[in-house]
Amino acid sequence: SLQIVWDTLGNKQFCSYKIRTKTQSFCRNEYNLTGLCNRSSCPLANSQYATVREEKGRCYLYMKTIERAPFPRRLWERVLLSKNYEKALEEIDENLIYWPRFIRHKCKQRFTKITQYLIRIRKLTLKRQRKIVPLSRKIERREKRREEKALIAAQLDNAIEKELLERLKQDTYGDIYNFPIHAFDKALQQQDAESESESDMEKEDDDEDKDEREFVEADDSDLSDFEDMDKLETSSEEEQEDEEEIEKKASHSKSKGKTPLKGPTRRKRPHIEIEYEEEREPTTKTKVS
Amino acid sequence: AGGGAGQGAGQDAGPAAPERVLFPPTFSVSEIKNKQRRHFMFLRWKQQQRKEKLALRKKRRKEREALGDKAPPKAIPKTIENQRIYDETTVDPNDEEVAFDIATDEFAPYFNRQTVPKILITTSDRPRGRTVRFCEQLSTVIPNSHVYYRRGLALKRIIPQCIARDFTDLIVINEDRKIPNGLVLSHLPDGPTAHFRMSSVRLRKEIKRKGKEPTEHVPEVILNNFTTRLGHSIGRMFASLFPHDPQFIGRQVATFHNQRDYIFFRFHRYIFKSEKKVGIQELGPRFTLKLRSLQKGTFDSKFGEYEWIHKRREMDTSRRKFHL
Repeated sequence: SLQIVWDTLGNKQFCSYKIRTKTQSFCRNEYNLTGLCNRSSCPLANSQYATVREEKGRCYLYMKTIERAPFPRRLWERVLLSKNYEKALEEIDENLIYWPRFIRHKCKQRFTKITQYLIRIRKLTLKRQRKIVPLSRKIERREKRREEKALIAAQLDNAIEKELLERLKQDTYGDIYNFPIHAFDKALQQQDAESESESDMEKEDDDEDKDEREFVEADDSDLSDFEDMDKLETSSEEEQEDEEEIEKKASHSKSKGKTPLKGPTRRKRPHIEIEYEEEREPTTKTKVS
Repeated sequence: AGGGAGQGAGQDAGPAAPERVLFPPTFSVSEIKNKQRRHFMFLRWKQQQRKEKLALRKKRRKEREALGDKAPPKAIPKTIENQRIYDETTVDPNDEEVAFDIATDEFAPYFNRQTVPKILITTSDRPRGRTVRFCEQLSTVIPNSHVYYRRGLALKRIIPQCIARDFTDLIVINEDRKIPNGLVLSHLPDGPTAHFRMSSVRLRKEIKRKGKEPTEHVPEVILNNFTTRLGHSIGRMFASLFPHDPQFIGRQVATFHNQRDYIFFRFHRYIFKSEKKVGIQELGPRFTLKLRSLQKGTFDSKFGEYEWIHKRREMDTSRRKFHL
């Protein structure tokens, strides 16, 4: 009759535990010893069968004999195996004495595999575990929205600018920026313009070489001050105009993406009419009388 | 018929009792069954409301102008910041207790210039490209910082090694689904550990109108709006990341701005156009942080003593209550 069972389930008709793939078929039955769908491994088609299963870290040996076939409740007999590997193997042996070699062998193999993976589990739990924290969608949405609103309310650029200006007023920068205090130069807008250019100048050059100014027509003084621009003579003025252009270009190249602050705003100074013939080439600085 | 009767009664009562005015029974817009008509009536009602409101506002403005100097001061609109529930732990700059605390807490050596900050930046396991790039950019922003890869090392073992090599701070950037989403900032020789949730991280290439690379100069630090005691300690923690003396030549500034418990980090380059105008240009990455917990010792998730944890059920009950 078992042969009939196997003929029906295994080969020809439907078995609900069977999974077929292209090359092989597997058996999903939990009491199956090897996991494959074979005549010798099918727990339904063998009246004398044994498996090893583990539950909560302990291994049990399950046995089924033909005497208990009519009592499905008592069909599977369960034996707890010891935690000691060798002892457990001996226990399997003595429980399955006189049983077919195949089943004994496969049981021991399965038991070995199970103990190996149990060891691995124990080792892994000692290492760092990744903690999975569930995200609540409602909370996430709420936080995101609140963050956006907070960003708008923060007005970061304004706040930063205000803070920087405060620090400038408090003189934390010391002598680097030489803006005159606006308490006594409201009327002197040109001074403002000059200090603008002068502060730019100061930022351009790392060292302050304000001491010596050379008003020599033939010479090239790169870093000269514009403080007494109005008092200068035309010739040296014109040279400095040259340099001013150069500085402008240099500063332009330094800060590319910024709002243009150099070009048009520089024209606040009194515009001096000078005629000069050469181009704005840094290399061609010639004397003009 | 009911309307007619009402009208009639109104008319009768009119000459009899001129003080009692009976309005014809009006309908409310929501009673119209037809959707199109209802919508139309609603729009008309809305327009009317708007007109009335505008008229009211004009009238008020005229009155204000008419009164001139005697006009009552303008009403200040209510904002969340105005309506914020007063927190008892707000720091008063003159408070002695706070001053004493500050002098003796873990950041005192930094503020007394005894220690120079040295930062170690690392990530969680197996960081993805975005996180790696973010770490690199962060290390250019914070001077004297080094990036090391995690490679499966336990934090508890890293920390003693860091202390041995003289690091003052440890930053761990946690990653989830290829984006950085958490930051653990730990002050090393036994200092507090703050755990933040990080959001809206923008790398340098994603920022529009950005400037060039941040240079090696030490940036200034701006800490805005850290009012309570907790906020104050967090602010000091951020300040201790950067060396104490900024190099003003570099003209770079790192800002930690707290608004409604969100800390916005920005990195700018500034230039003073005049004494009243300053231009800023954003370089550097930007991100926002929200504090989740503050722990007293170094990072220890199991046995640590928490100074502050964000408990959602207790702390998020009011929209006007903030903790930083």
